[in-house]
Amino acid sequence: MRESHGLHLKTYLFIFFIAIFAPLGNTLLGKGMRSVGQVRDFSPAALVETLIRVINSGYIWLGIASLLAFFVAYMLVLTWADYSFVQPASSFSYAVVAILSYWLLGEVVTPLRWLGILVICIGVLIVGRTHPKTTEESARA
Amino acid sequence: MRESVLLFLIIVAGTGGELCVTRAMKAIGEVTDFRPMALLRFIAQAVRVGWMWLGVGLMALAFFSLLAMLSIENVSFVVPVTALHYVAGTIGAVLFLKERITPQRWIGVLVVCLGVTIVWLSRH
Repeated sequence: MRESHGLHLKTYLFIFFIAIFAPLGNTLLGKGMRSVGQVRDFSPAALVETLIRVINSGYIWLGIASLLAFFVAYMLVLTWADYSFVQPASSFSYAVVAILSYWLLGEVVTPLRWLGILVICIGVLIVGRTHPKTTEESARA
Repeated sequence: MRESVLLFLIIVAGTGGELCVTRAMKAIGEVTDFRPMALLRFIAQAVRVGWMWLGVGLMALAFFSLLAMLSIENVSFVVPVTALHYVAGTIGAVLFLKERITPQRWIGVLVVCLGVTIVWLSRH
């Protein structure tokens, strides 16, 4: 009983990490790219110049570190929890990214955009409620 | 137009990369031994599979396209519209990995499409 409670607590803790680190990583990448400036010129020389500015941005590295933390948390939680449980739970990251972009970047999130994000979360929840494996082996199991 | 091309690259290259890596992983087989030497052997095996290199290349293209898109559009717009990878992933899983998709999953994918359309309409 206590073991099951511990497993639940550990799972929710890692899902919390997933729902925080992925949006935080994307928000930091967004902040970094704002300091780099708009990519308008796609010629090789201009792209190399942009790449150098990207590499020199601290926010980009923080964003990549945050996305790596998300990836590790995601991989770890999948070693004991079902994919069909983790995947829909992580859909909340779409709502978290809107909150973070409002708080950290001062973006205006319109009611229509909130509605779209809510519909996406519902869609991901529906996808997540389906069986995660649909190949021959699972059908036999 | 530029935003649409970048979104296309994020979704198609990102999903294509994930599918290629999945194919490479399936070719190698399940990892059961997590000792450092066994993991090194696993990495050595992985880098010899062509699908892995193609997958990593496509994922890198998707990442740089995401950075370019983030330099143009708001984060609260870009991240939700990338949910289209559920759609591309489902279509790719049918065509590329021969998975069977249940009607409920197709409904979920359609709802994701509806949500992305609403977010797209909120652009300006």
